[in-house]
Amino acid sequence: MSQEATTTEKTLISPFNIIAGIIVLIGLYLTVRRFTGGLGAVTNLSDNNAWGIWIGFDLLTGVALAAGGYVTAAAVYIFGMKKYHSALRPAVLTGFLGYALVVLALHYDVGRPWRLPYPFVVQAGTSSVLFEVGACVALYLTVLFLEFSPAALEWLGLKKARNLAVKFTLVLVVFGIILSTLHQSSLGALFLIAPSKVHPLWYSSFIPVYFFVSSIIAGLSMVIFESTLSYRFFADKMDEAHLREKDDIALGFGKAAAFVIAGYIAIQLLGIGADDEWRLLGTGYGLWYLVELFGFFGVACLGFAIGAREKKVQLIRWTSAWAVLAVIVNRFNVSLVAFNYHLPASDRYFPSWMEIGISVFLVTLGLITFRFIVSRMPILYEHPEYEDVH
Amino acid sequence: MSLSRRKFLGWLTAAGLSGSAFGKVAHAATTKHFEGHPDSLGVLYDNTKCIGCRTCEAACNKVNDLPPPDRPFDDLAVLDNKRRTDPKKYMVINKYDGSVNVETPLFARTGCNHCLEPACASSCFVRAYTKTESGAVTYDSSVCVGCRYCMLACPFNIPTFEYDIALTPRIRKCTMCYDTRLVKGELPGCVEACPTESFTFGKRTDLLNIARERMRRFPGRYLDHIYGENEMGGTSWLYLSGVPFKKIGMREDLGITPAPQFTSSALAAVPMVVGTWPLLLMGIYAVSKRKDKIAKEEKEQALAEVTAQVKAEADQKVSEAWEKAAQEKEKAIEAAVKQALEAAADVETEENS
Repeated sequence: MSQEATTTEKTLISPFNIIAGIIVLIGLYLTVRRFTGGLGAVTNLSDNNAWGIWIGFDLLTGVALAAGGYVTAAAVYIFGMKKYHSALRPAVLTGFLGYALVVLALHYDVGRPWRLPYPFVVQAGTSSVLFEVGACVALYLTVLFLEFSPAALEWLGLKKARNLAVKFTLVLVVFGIILSTLHQSSLGALFLIAPSKVHPLWYSSFIPVYFFVSSIIAGLSMVIFESTLSYRFFADKMDEAHLREKDDIALGFGKAAAFVIAGYIAIQLLGIGADDEWRLLGTGYGLWYLVELFGFFGVACLGFAIGAREKKVQLIRWTSAWAVLAVIVNRFNVSLVAFNYHLPASDRYFPSWMEIGISVFLVTLGLITFRFIVSRMPILYEHPEYEDVH
Repeated sequence: MSLSRRKFLGWLTAAGLSGSAFGKVAHAATTKHFEGHPDSLGVLYDNTKCIGCRTCEAACNKVNDLPPPDRPFDDLAVLDNKRRTDPKKYMVINKYDGSVNVETPLFARTGCNHCLEPACASSCFVRAYTKTESGAVTYDSSVCVGCRYCMLACPFNIPTFEYDIALTPRIRKCTMCYDTRLVKGELPGCVEACPTESFTFGKRTDLLNIARERMRRFPGRYLDHIYGENEMGGTSWLYLSGVPFKKIGMREDLGITPAPQFTSSALAAVPMVVGTWPLLLMGIYAVSKRKDKIAKEEKEQALAEVTAQVKAEADQKVSEAWEKAAQEKEKAIEAAVKQALEAAADVETEENS
């Protein structure tokens, strides 16, 4: 306990805390402005551009990058890859915080946030893809909370509750994978209704499949990326198993990601072929599409493949950051760059600094919470009383 | 336009103004084609008659109790800029260069087209929109969450949002004056106000006939295209024009598929995923469990075999050692006996000598 106290004291005026503190203050100021002046006071949204980065980044990218939870749970519990077990809790925690932030971000974006439960308690619009997204995100946030609860219960010393929570693991994992399949793909399906507004290279009837498959890429890459950062900043919290397995996890997940990205590139090209849009590749948008597909996803695929074959863990770690960036670029392209491509430049959207400020504020809140939990709960190590009970 | 109140009320009764919610059944896999509620109403806008006087805009503002405009409605210089709907205006008239010369400009009305199968209603997750049987698409702000998905979904970019209202922002759009006038037997504000009868209000089926009749009666005046007859599956507002619609700011590349069909197959996949994923996942789980079990059994078996072999080898070695020991013992006894006998023989020889 005394050691914990000294760490807290020591880090109170660290560079991280100072920067995070400033960001939080700015975020709180912007929050007040948003809820006193309306969306118009802080955003560049317009009647032509109803969705900005709070949807393109906070929702679409946030949910994709939080896919590590279901991907790792599937690998460990469904495919029986027990050697990746130590990746599970950090991934579930990242997923849980990611989804919690997505829901928080939506409170800024929608006009009347307290009505967010309305589709489920007042009047259900089941013909809307957004209804499916909302229902799945709400349920999955609950699933992630329950999947994460054993760590919190171990920390609180509630042995009975913890053992009960662990009993539901497999059911929760299966339920979580179903929900993730549905809403990861539905986030892409949101754009299906507007074929006249999304550039044809990004619009496809396969867009739900693209979003689902790329969420697996994001999940695998985020686990590697997150474990890299955890090792850099929380190595003292890691137990022997986590330190021993982290390179195995990078190699294994990197190899899997190489295959998934290769498949993703293949289905993207199949989609271009199915709609016969090859000629569009010669346009400016086509060039940007090729940069996204080969410059971002292709390079990530190559990096993972070489890293896995040559056992170069460092290469895989760098590649994981690149792959995460690739998924971010894709979500931005679909929701912002390719969206409203037909409108003149003066009617297009670019975020205001305040929109970016809120997004940075929310990510910072996530990092602070992650650090708070990792410093206290058994995430990067096994709780001594529960070793070998998995 | 001339229309008796009695006739109008008759239509309303026929259209059954009960305001039922738009059908929610996805029919992607059928050949069913929805052609609008029977006897539903609409408006035909004939841009060859429009003179761009903005009287309709003023009437719209008045009957819908909208905020006062930035510039007065009789200021026609407003027409020099392209405008779109916003929370202050449910409809606008825009000016475009004429086909003959710029001195004879063309005008076009922009506002809600009241789709037969509206994208906004299909995309709304609280069913704030209703395609009423009258034909009007109405909006209920008392359930609206303000997610603005309808604005993204609308192919005509019509719904607008009160971005400057902090806590109770609403979507704003033309409702064909459903609540304020239609139910009272009155014409929509813009239709009633127009001095040139550019708007014709009536049953959509009748309006299509009227449009075709005008084409027949005035050859060369109109393009052979009634905008809204098929666009996005058909709309309750219909348009006649003498120039291609894209020249007056209307998209001709929208296609004829009703918006709900774009998402229906994706939504239809939901129950399939819910049904098949548990089977698939538990199947993979069972296979991997079984693999673990077999691996464990094989390991145990191999261990048992090795143990048995080692034991057998050890037993053999022990028995061999025993045998050897026994043999050696026998040999030793024999040798001892022999030695004893020899010794005895020596003693005998000595005694005899």
